[in-house]
Amino acid sequence: MSDKEIIAIDVRDAVKRYGDFTALQRISLSIYDNEFFTLLGPSGCGKTTLLRMIAGFEDVTEGAIFLFGDEIENLPPNKRPVNTVFQNYALFPHMSITENVGFGLEMRGKSKSDARKRAGEMLELVQLSQFADRKPSQLSGGQQQRVALARALAPQPKVLLLDEPLSALDLKLRQAMRFELKELQRETGITFIFVTHDQEEALTMSDRIAVMSAGEMQQLGEAKDIYERPHNMFVADFIGETNLLEVSVDQITNGRAICHLGGGHELTCSEVEGIGVGANVHMSVRPERLFLSDEPTESESLKGTIRDNIFVGTDIQTIIDLADGPKMIVRTSNSDRGNKRIFEPGAAAYVNMEAEAARLLVD
Amino acid sequence: MARGKYDIKAFPGFLPMTILCLVILYAPLAVVTIYSLNDSNSITNWEGVSFRWYADVFTGPESEKFKIAAWNSFTIAIIAATVSTTIATLAATAMVRGGRFKLRTVSFGLISLPLMVPEIVTAVATLIFFNSIGFTRGYLTILVAHIAFCIPFAYMPISARMQGIEDTYEQAAMDLYATKRQAFTKILMPLMLPGIISGYILAFIISLDDFIITNFVKGAGVETLPTAIFGSVKQGIKPNIMAISTMLLAVSIIMVTISYFVSKSDNTK
Repeated sequence: MSDKEIIAIDVRDAVKRYGDFTALQRISLSIYDNEFFTLLGPSGCGKTTLLRMIAGFEDVTEGAIFLFGDEIENLPPNKRPVNTVFQNYALFPHMSITENVGFGLEMRGKSKSDARKRAGEMLELVQLSQFADRKPSQLSGGQQQRVALARALAPQPKVLLLDEPLSALDLKLRQAMRFELKELQRETGITFIFVTHDQEEALTMSDRIAVMSAGEMQQLGEAKDIYERPHNMFVADFIGETNLLEVSVDQITNGRAICHLGGGHELTCSEVEGIGVGANVHMSVRPERLFLSDEPTESESLKGTIRDNIFVGTDIQTIIDLADGPKMIVRTSNSDRGNKRIFEPGAAAYVNMEAEAARLLVD
Repeated sequence: MARGKYDIKAFPGFLPMTILCLVILYAPLAVVTIYSLNDSNSITNWEGVSFRWYADVFTGPESEKFKIAAWNSFTIAIIAATVSTTIATLAATAMVRGGRFKLRTVSFGLISLPLMVPEIVTAVATLIFFNSIGFTRGYLTILVAHIAFCIPFAYMPISARMQGIEDTYEQAAMDLYATKRQAFTKILMPLMLPGIISGYILAFIISLDDFIITNFVKGAGVETLPTAIFGSVKQGIKPNIMAISTMLLAVSIIMVTISYFVSKSDNTK
């Protein structure tokens, strides 16, 4: 696990502008030693720009970046003890796999034989020893990916930067690599900063996630936190699937907000700071936190009519129209079918939830 | 094949057109090559196979002139190709890797314009230039002129090659502690090499067979092979001209073959 006493990368008020366009608006964040940290966001949100600023490929318009206490934002990439795994791997096509992996060590002044030896060890770590003398083009995508990892880890960087390294792989391989990456991070004890637009990737691998959008950080926290307690509309919508309903706040007591939504339905939500009585805001509730019944079972129950059931493999997704109100989506795990009823389209039913499951969001 | 009627081979006139083009392009070359082996003093009457005119090129009355001309041609071609390829490599690096600098389009135009300017115009302009700066015409003026007009020919394959090389390779090298210079020499140069060799060979051939510009800027008594051949032809075509032309053709074919195999051995694959 990460060591919260030691800060590996400290980004302070970093701004990046290209002419009139601001790619990053004053970002500050601390990444701990030995942490698997993810920058998550849609394309164009500035996550790759931030990563490239840490690597040294982009200069910092304003602000500072510290690496274990040393200011690095003015150093060229070859003077920063951080290494990058590129999205397209960027393996040197004219060099063998061993030469690729040993390149960083040789550039750091290690002898050819030392570099070869260490490259051999790294290839063993990623289980590619038998390909040592091949050229990159003779390897599959997944193997190239592991060579890129070995090459970046060989010089023992203080921080490893990964720029969407899994996006070029097919689904099965991608899922296997998630696990391998996480293992590798634990084994090496090196801080990983991982950039992705894939929220599932982020949730499954990261110790902490920074969700970014439009050059701003939207939320920073542990995976579970981000998923279950999204701060704002963007995070709730971007991470996972959710029901977003417009509500207005009627009353706030003991950290609970009593709200009403279209069709006269009333609902108690957990309250979020900065929202007062009378506010018109959005409420988010995850489909798997809802369940259906004939009669109201929880304190929070909304009446509606089933529109459709959609089979999605592990789950059944039920769309229900609230009486005179918006529609909601309910997910029922397939394994629960024995004890949970599936309501046929047209049937009347109640949508039930716990008050903690419904969260108010700032826009 | 399902392509059927969309296949270009099915277009009317495809075969006659192809044959016509091939005949026009290659029949004269074939005639020259065959008649270079003619055992006759005449260029039109066939009298059996012989290598006497090849021997004549090396030992005959004009051999001394051709030897000097060949020496001039090859030394000029080698030096001009080397210098122009070096300049073209640097230019391509600046153009392709320099980002979006001001006047980029203008620079590109300036580099490639000589390819489109009629050669006679370049020849006259170069002559006037040498005269106005008081340069005595001779070996050196030919060399300088060749270096200059070979640059765009060398530039094209090099820049095409470079555009195909993603800049993440250099970034990866620098990320792995290489200096800018090391990233250039250890990564970019080896990847560009096939383009550089193609550019070099193209420049070499262009220099070797240039006639118009050379004829303008050469001094009295300094000849290259094309001008020497032209000089001989003015006194009537003798079969030794066919032999020497065939040898020049062979050099070109060898160079083109090398270029073909270099481009096939793509070291990024």
